Amino acid sequence: MEDMKQIYIRIISLLILAGAVALGWFVLAQPEAKPFSLGLDLSGGTHLEYEAQLEGIPAEDHRSSMVALRDVIERRVNLFGVAEPNVQTETARLGQEERVFRLIVELPGVTDVEEAVAMIGETPLLEFKAQNPELSEEEFQTALNQQTQALLLDNIKASNPELADSIVSQQDEAVSEPFISTPLTGAYLDGAQMQLTQPTPGQMAGQPYIVLNFDREGGKLFEEITAANVGKIIAIYLDGAPISTPVVQQKITGGEATITGSFTLDEARQLEGRLNAGALPVPIALEPATQSIGPSLGAESVEAGIYAGIIGFIIVAAFLILYYRIPGIIAVVALVVYTVVMLSLFKFIPVTLTAAGIAGFVISLGMAVDANILIFERAKEELAKGATIYDAMRIGFSRAWLSIRDGNISSIMSAAIIFMLSSSLIKGFALTFGIGVIVSMVTAITMTRWFLLSIAGKKSPQWLRTLFTSGLNK
Amino acid sequence: MSIIKNKFIFLTIAALLVVASIVIVAVKGLNIGIEFTGGSVVEVSYDERPDTETINQALASYDFRPSVQAFGEEGYIIRTRELSEADRGVLLAALNIDEQAPQVERLNTVGPSIGKEVRSKAFLAIALVVVAIILYIAFVFRKVSPGIEEDAEKIPSSWKYGFIAILALLHDIAIPIGVFALFQIEISSLFVVGLLSILGLSVNDTIVVFDRIRENLTTNKEEKTKESFAATVGRALRQTMARSINTSLTLLIVLGALLAVGPVAIQELALVLLIGTFVGTYSSIFIASPLLVLWNKGEKA
Repeated sequence: MEDMKQIYIRIISLLILAGAVALGWFVLAQPEAKPFSLGLDLSGGTHLEYEAQLEGIPAEDHRSSMVALRDVIERRVNLFGVAEPNVQTETARLGQEERVFRLIVELPGVTDVEEAVAMIGETPLLEFKAQNPELSEEEFQTALNQQTQALLLDNIKASNPELADSIVSQQDEAVSEPFISTPLTGAYLDGAQMQLTQPTPGQMAGQPYIVLNFDREGGKLFEEITAANVGKIIAIYLDGAPISTPVVQQKITGGEATITGSFTLDEARQLEGRLNAGALPVPIALEPATQSIGPSLGAESVEAGIYAGIIGFIIVAAFLILYYRIPGIIAVVALVVYTVVMLSLFKFIPVTLTAAGIAGFVISLGMAVDANILIFERAKEELAKGATIYDAMRIGFSRAWLSIRDGNISSIMSAAIIFMLSSSLIKGFALTFGIGVIVSMVTAITMTRWFLLSIAGKKSPQWLRTLFTSGLNK
Repeated sequence: MSIIKNKFIFLTIAALLVVASIVIVAVKGLNIGIEFTGGSVVEVSYDERPDTETINQALASYDFRPSVQAFGEEGYIIRTRELSEADRGVLLAALNIDEQAPQVERLNTVGPSIGKEVRSKAFLAIALVVVAIILYIAFVFRKVSPGIEEDAEKIPSSWKYGFIAILALLHDIAIPIGVFALFQIEISSLFVVGLLSILGLSVNDTIVVFDRIRENLTTNKEEKTKESFAATVGRALRQTMARSINTSLTLLIVLGALLAVGPVAIQELALVLLIGTFVGTYSSIFIASPLLVLWNKGEKA
């Protein structure tokens, strides 16, 4: 009976090993298949925090407003093609009553804070403006030209301030606003779709245009405004700048409008995206909590971390094998498997790795080593009492299990509390630490047991006993 | 080995270290990072680094309240008051020295309200973990609490295990804080991460020793062996000594490697953990167990 049991144990151990090798091969040896998700401190990027201003919004709508806000910002960020941006909301309590609703935006790869802030914008606002009725057609054209020039100038300023300065001197006439606001804003927009015109004679084939759909109220407003401005321009403003200035051909009913213009396909697509992103449901203000990390700093950290990890692992492995002999070898194998499983989990959950997160993983690895040492020391005591190797390993494990269990449960508990309570950096630590301890209970520790039992023979000659004991004992 | 016999020597040493740490913190204060106080940190690097004096002069005419510190081989870490977006541009422009624009490696701004929040969250997390550990230890050691019957005076109640584990923990946390105060190393969120790790490791260490005491008490009862509580504790310490030393040795190796060749960004974390692992092992052997014996005796009297 006992022999049959050991055969099963051996088969299972071999299967576990084969599984680990396969996992290592398919998940870790093909780095391009699915890369690790690195935190901003390791990959470089920008972390921005916004405070949502929810004054005037009833408390029961706070949550849904925040979700809507996150969706809008997410759409905006996605428009800029940042790889794997992270937009999340957070509620913080300051004192008893006061609650702060926060929007956290993480942009990997964007290391210029100014650029990142500009990307997200302060409160983006979609407005429909009508031609200023106080201006004659001629004055309007002048104002429009001036506005166009001013916009151009802003663009130049951003790229070449000196050139912009020389242009400014030529333009000092008073500027009147070509457009005035109407009550119609992005709040009334249901959606926008980009479409392509049918190639008909006299029209360019495949010209992109944008279809705007208003809600009922917006449709009514649009109808009134277009009726009053036939033959004139309605300007569509985003964030205070005109993005499209279509001419009204006739009064438009039915709440649908089209914007035609000479845009390229890309421009039209961007416009569609920006219109759909629309105005924010609540205003937000950039909080003084921004962080950007250069890409080189991150890369250096990762390299140095891996280097330190390998050196540390080699010394620990050497120590375990020299001191604990055969069990030491098994412990090293079990720890390698444990590491493979953890790294695979990091990829697949996925867990965003930060410096703090890696620290959590290292500590959990330390506890897995500790558990193995506990088992070996107890097994050694049993061997000293004269038990067979097989029995010594079995009893050693069951004796050590109580302290391993108690220590690990208190660790998991601590990790859970820390995860629930702390700020995002420390959360990363608690997450990898917690996962690490749980996984070590089912891999490193259990596996050491299976492996030990599968190689321990019923016969225990002295030389073999020596290989199973440790330190300076015979 | 007569740790239990010489308990007063070890406890005195531990008490002195803790008191020294408290005094150092009181006298020198802690160098608390901007994550907790609010402010900005800019890390820049130059191809050819100007000297610190040049940087200080370049910033002297602004009200940034800068503190400039050389970092690595070509960089500087500049800590300032909280910078607005406009301030950042001005600061970076001022750092253009001899036509050489610095590379911005890191830029971090934290407002005072967020700093306050991070601080209170960290304290709350530590406090709750401490309470949870006391409750958990009291629970798992409940079986070795004295019954109503014969053993009532001989072994300590399970609550004492929990409280003593926490006393050892406070010792383990006090000393790294003292070291950081002594050398005025900046305390950041990673330092808190380090303290939380020590929390976990230290309790784990203490539990291993206590667990052995529990097991010895149980076998004594089963085998009807007469042994004083002090002797039982002494025996448990001898039995777990090899494990305690080997475990902390392996951790010290890994942390030593991290400190020596690991990323600069987590060196302070490695240092906290290194100190914490060392004192954590020390405390579970030389503080927690002797205290258990002492407290038990005190009750008898």
